[in-house]
Amino acid sequence: MLTWGPGFTMIAFILRRIVQSVMVMLTVALVAFALFRFVGDPIASMVGQETTLAERAELREVLGLNDPFAIQFGRFVARAATGDFGISYRLQQPVMELILSRLPATLELALVSGVLAFVFGVGFGVYTALRRGNWISGSVMTASLIGVSLPTFLIGVLLIWVFAVELQWLPSFGRGETVYIGDWWRTGLLTESGRASLILPAITLGLYQMTLIMRLVRAEMLEVLRTDYIKFARARGLSNRAVNFGHALKNTLVPVITITGLQMGSIIAFSIITETVFQWPGVGALFIRSVQFVDVPVMAAYLMLIALVFVIINLIVDLLYYAVDPRLRVDRANARH
Amino acid sequence: MLMTPILQKARTGLMMSAAAAALVLSGVAADAETIRWARVGDALTMDPHSQNEGPTHTLNHHIYETLVGRSLDGSLTPRLATDWGISEEDETVWVFTIREGVKFHDGSDMTVEDVVFSLDRARTPPSGMAALHAAVQEVTAVDDTTVHIRMSGPAPLYVQNLTNTFIMSKAWAEANGVEMAPNFAAGEEAHSVRNTNGTGPYMLVERDPEVRTVLQAFGDHWDDAPAVTEIIYTPISEAATRVAALLSGEVDIVQDVPVQDIARLEQTPGIRVMRGPENRNIFFSYDMASDSLRSSDADGNPFASPEVREAMSLAIDRNAIQQVVMRGESQPSAAPLPPFVNGWTEEMHAFGAPDLERARALMAEAGHADGFSVQLDCPNDRYLNDESICQALVGMMAQIGIRVDLNAQTRSLHFPLIENWETDFYLLGWGVPTFDSQYVFDFLVHTREGSYGAFNGSRYSNPELDAKIESLATMTDLEARDAIIAEIWDTVMEERIFLNVHNQVLAYAMRDGINLDVHPENQPRMTTVSFD
Repeated sequence: MLTWGPGFTMIAFILRRIVQSVMVMLTVALVAFALFRFVGDPIASMVGQETTLAERAELREVLGLNDPFAIQFGRFVARAATGDFGISYRLQQPVMELILSRLPATLELALVSGVLAFVFGVGFGVYTALRRGNWISGSVMTASLIGVSLPTFLIGVLLIWVFAVELQWLPSFGRGETVYIGDWWRTGLLTESGRASLILPAITLGLYQMTLIMRLVRAEMLEVLRTDYIKFARARGLSNRAVNFGHALKNTLVPVITITGLQMGSIIAFSIITETVFQWPGVGALFIRSVQFVDVPVMAAYLMLIALVFVIINLIVDLLYYAVDPRLRVDRANARH
Repeated sequence: MLMTPILQKARTGLMMSAAAAALVLSGVAADAETIRWARVGDALTMDPHSQNEGPTHTLNHHIYETLVGRSLDGSLTPRLATDWGISEEDETVWVFTIREGVKFHDGSDMTVEDVVFSLDRARTPPSGMAALHAAVQEVTAVDDTTVHIRMSGPAPLYVQNLTNTFIMSKAWAEANGVEMAPNFAAGEEAHSVRNTNGTGPYMLVERDPEVRTVLQAFGDHWDDAPAVTEIIYTPISEAATRVAALLSGEVDIVQDVPVQDIARLEQTPGIRVMRGPENRNIFFSYDMASDSLRSSDADGNPFASPEVREAMSLAIDRNAIQQVVMRGESQPSAAPLPPFVNGWTEEMHAFGAPDLERARALMAEAGHADGFSVQLDCPNDRYLNDESICQALVGMMAQIGIRVDLNAQTRSLHFPLIENWETDFYLLGWGVPTFDSQYVFDFLVHTREGSYGAFNGSRYSNPELDAKIESLATMTDLEARDAIIAEIWDTVMEERIFLNVHNQVLAYAMRDGINLDVHPENQPRMTTVSFD
């Protein structure tokens, strides 16, 4: 059909993906809600030990915890659709406000550790690919193995002991001094203590990703360096620099960028441990405290937020593939004839 | 100008607190002392009546004040009330003489109207303090310095319930729409959650929940100015990080010191550790009344047999738990209440060495020579080393043939088991905020009915004992009352309703040069800090 131009299939594709994304979000909400029943009873942490059983039952009724699962879930979805996630059982503040106030801390930490992981990962990857067999490469490879196998918690505690307690160079906890950019974004990047506080958590959080990127770059580089066009480039007498960085590295970066992008989602989602160790006031630490307190509204909103992050990243990646890979468009266009 | 109260949202707090800090530094630089104080969790709210919870009260005690205070030895001290007692004409009326010349942080004077308003707010749901004031019928201001509290009957110990009930400003509450304690179901944040107006020795200048709370000394406070002029309160949830922050000099006082770090911190130069008994004892209890147990292979209910309960008390090795599990940081005791609580005796506290031979003989006598299996429910994040205590008990019970299957889980799953009578055998810790045995009896011994027996997981029910417990509430002759308390304890100990393990010991670690004593309710007051 001639009326179905490429622009139209693109829109249809996006719409389809958005519908799928909404389904994913609903599924996450459903699974999360089903899990909350096993986290425990919020009432136990909300009231003092003097509260009578009758008063506990009354509070449970007021909060709607006695309603059937389907009704609780329906109510949650209906309210969440309007952006209302209720009020935190623990901190008595609106959940959306609470999460938005914690989000900048997590995003800054994730961004800085992502950049660190990318820069050092690519740097070390290139170096170890080019200088194989050299002792520095050997030790970097060994160190990376340790980095990938030690749990995040241990790395964080180790860094605190070395750099905060023994050397006293960097703070062991918190976010330092923060200032506001605009109305609600609190940043630690503009103050000296804020930047100093960011270093240890960023290393802790980014170490795994750095190791991953480094190994990926190294493997890709070794692959590319063996190809014919590199040999030709060398035969043409191009400088090592031009060959290694202009030709080899450039061709290894496409998968690396994809992986880094996808890992950003994980960095945000898995900052929980790092935030707990460093008392970083982000959404991950908020989530952990909420689980301990059975603060259902905050847990639900956090899981929805993380699901949203992954859904958006995947949507962007899919769209990029669609834009980059003409076969996707052709196949779908053909399928309709 | 220096003391102008600064009450604003946490969002604008930073700049304001910097300004306030600058003022203080320039104004009273000579004796300005800042204490950076860290503990595991933050106050849940700054509202004075919303939550009946330890860390919330601890922070609020610096900003708000109560009518009577609790000193380090557990006795009552005057605070906003200078004098109190039961009315001579009517034994159901408590008379409080209110301190004069007390100012709120916003500069207004505290009056008896504020006291009446606060007590009414505290005793009206959804206030978390309501249960402590259930017997109050009416609060009235008689004259400018006297408040009468009329109870539903004689209540000789009611004053003990007032040590965590704070006085707030009526005018401020009305101006900000917080005449009632905030309600969970309300769906919006109340002004009083992050803003305060108390009469306490410190004013809130910055509140960033779970990050940082800054308090500044209040110049118009009625009492002597404290040595600490500024408090920076930071929750640090991870134990290793909390200790590291103290060692690196980033905080001055750490309140919740992990048991395994106490000895090491004591040997660290520049750090000192203060210890003291906490108002909390840890004990096991069991279903004594059901016909059969839900998790046991035994016929009938072995815990119903006095011989089995005695055998268990002979098999537990409290000293081993103290040395191995608690690393020496506990007070082993057979008495199911802390030592400073009225009713405690040396006799209840004493226990002998484990006698396994006798214990096995008792098991055989009860018809359980081959033992039986049972599930032990245990929290793993509520008390000091709670799960390890339970693990230790598993081994000790195995020696007399009781095969214990340990179920350790988070507190929000554990406590409903006791509340719903879904556990055969469990660990519980209990503090006595009134410092009187009646509190223990009301919640743990009395038959579960109405406001009684909420934590009576043993299902124990003894109408005769219930009558005695109920009589305690209204007895004004304290000597006769103490005699009844002793009688009740005799029965409770004889029946072995509780298998007590120990009293918890608190430890605060701090920089050398700081003196802060351990508070039995774990509510340290920075006003009591002195410097060497």
